[in-house]
Amino acid sequence: MSNPIVEFRNVSKWYGEGADRTEVLSNINLTIMEGEFLAIVGFTGSGKTTLINLLSGLLMPNEGEVLFKGKPIVGTSHERGIIFQNYALLPWLTVAQNIALAVKEIHPDWKKEQIAEYTDRFIEMVHLTPAKAKLPRELSGGMRQRVSVARALSMDPEMLLMDEPLGALDALTRGVLQEEILRIWSANKRTALLITNDVDEGVFMADRIIPLNPGPNATLGPDYQIDLERPRDKKALNTDPKFKAVRTEILNYLIDLSEAAKLEKSDQYTLPDYQPIMPNSRSFPFFKRKRKRA
Amino acid sequence: MSQIGISSRAIKREEPSFSISKTLKGLIPKVDVKALLKNSGISLMSILFFLLFWHLGAAYLFNIEATAKIEKARTEQGAAAATQMETCIASGDVSCQPNTLPSPIQVVDAAKSLWKDHLLISQKKTAFKAKVAGTNAQRKAEGLTAIRYTGRPSFIDQIITSIKTVFAGFLLSMFIAIPIGIITGLNENLKTAFNWLIQIFKPVSPVVWLLLVFMIVKTLVRDPELDKSFIIAAISVGLCSMWATLVNTSLGVSSVKTDYMNVAKVLQLGVGKKIFKIIIPSSIPLIFTGLRITVSVAWMVLIAIELLAQSPGLGSFVWEEFQNGANDSNAKIIVAMFIIGIIGFLLDRMMVFVQQSVSFDT
Repeated sequence: MSNPIVEFRNVSKWYGEGADRTEVLSNINLTIMEGEFLAIVGFTGSGKTTLINLLSGLLMPNEGEVLFKGKPIVGTSHERGIIFQNYALLPWLTVAQNIALAVKEIHPDWKKEQIAEYTDRFIEMVHLTPAKAKLPRELSGGMRQRVSVARALSMDPEMLLMDEPLGALDALTRGVLQEEILRIWSANKRTALLITNDVDEGVFMADRIIPLNPGPNATLGPDYQIDLERPRDKKALNTDPKFKAVRTEILNYLIDLSEAAKLEKSDQYTLPDYQPIMPNSRSFPFFKRKRKRA
Repeated sequence: MSQIGISSRAIKREEPSFSISKTLKGLIPKVDVKALLKNSGISLMSILFFLLFWHLGAAYLFNIEATAKIEKARTEQGAAAATQMETCIASGDVSCQPNTLPSPIQVVDAAKSLWKDHLLISQKKTAFKAKVAGTNAQRKAEGLTAIRYTGRPSFIDQIITSIKTVFAGFLLSMFIAIPIGIITGLNENLKTAFNWLIQIFKPVSPVVWLLLVFMIVKTLVRDPELDKSFIIAAISVGLCSMWATLVNTSLGVSSVKTDYMNVAKVLQLGVGKKIFKIIIPSSIPLIFTGLRITVSVAWMVLIAIELLAQSPGLGSFVWEEFQNGANDSNAKIIVAMFIIGIIGFLLDRMMVFVQQSVSFDT
């Protein structure tokens, strides 16, 4: 049995102080097992990026603690590789240079040839060898995301964090990249956390999927285990009843949530206490029309 | 063939053909000739119109000035002197020409005379160098400095001096402003510390800077061999023009995109690597914007500074011509004006070229 690698214990995160305080996450309790592929689905703005930043070490929780391999997270680490939503590629470096930057940090004593050979391996893994010497502005969105994946993997992290990696791509490219990421993940079976707003993507890729309730004060919803066998074929799964069942269940949960949230939301307007001035009342003469002077 | 049922005519195979003309056409970049002709035609037309306007304006002013002169002669010396003045002006005699805005033709003549003057002086210089070659070799062997030509510099020499001064000033401002900009951008406390200095010294006029630098250089530089006026002019130009680069560099360094800072955090880059590999490359566009502004400001203040620092450049040329008041001085001043404008334009174009070659955005 695998042991838990990540633990969120009563984690809350808010921005601002006092009256302007925006509570983003509240009372998050989560355990991720080693080698597991977990997906978290939720609405936009529900705090998904905050959650992953807490795990990566870019943010610190206001309450509670986040444990990685039993120890609280104090900052970023090479053991947790991130794939950002906006790719975060350095635009003045080529594809190979972007990846080499990460490799050099992991292996500072390697020579140029070693680094080049290692980088080439990862570029090959994401099928970008012909574009090795291109700058990010010369690449399409899908290619940029692949470079981001290659960079995160070249750090050989124990855990892969993916913050809506395919959110900025069109649906067709998304399908292709989902299969690529799964292929690369299954070669190594390291722990992976995928944040996404697409339920289909979550169910297709993950072992377990948890919805994030809409913010503010977002909490995690119930777990859904996905026991579809791997390797998963996108075309076959479209007609698989188990896939459809899980997907429908989660979608219904999320839709119910959003409807409940809509009902709750009511802007409080305090109406001023005005009474109409009726004719025959004492104030009425003051509001009479001006008498026409004959 | 007939057994298989394939007619040899049905399958037409095209032999691959190699055409030299097609290859050449592919290599030469396509130039939109029509657009080019149209644009240059429009520019040419506008230049001709400008020259026409100028000529008419100059003629109008000439008439006014001539009439005023004739009237003055009439009131002061009588009718005979007035007619004399009239014939003198009409004949084009140098001694009685009205002093007003010169016409394009006069400017072209002045430019030609400046060029002839330059050729004359360079001849004199080469002759002088040949004459003192022997003596200079002797002096060098003895450890003394060479004898230099101390005659009047020609117009082209003055242009070269101006360009040298502006480059020296620009390099100085670059080497002061960029490091300070980076340091203030990285550290908020230093930014606050330097802020008052920058705000107060930024709007100071070049003349005041010149006097300040003059005071300091006069005290520090005692060596009579050094060209003090060049040093003073270069330092003043540098100090006047460096503020744009300083402010832009500081802004660029302090406003690096959060994405890149996150990358630095995730990759756990050390401080040195973070500054040199992420912060500085990402702020290069703003740094070059500042440098471009610096170059144009430097060229503009150079003329005023040269005038006052008595450095033999375009500024002092303009001032001397103005003081001279010779008949073609006005025309020479206008020639200098055009040269100043053209060089400023070329400097700016150079900076744009450099800026585009280092930019990494689309």
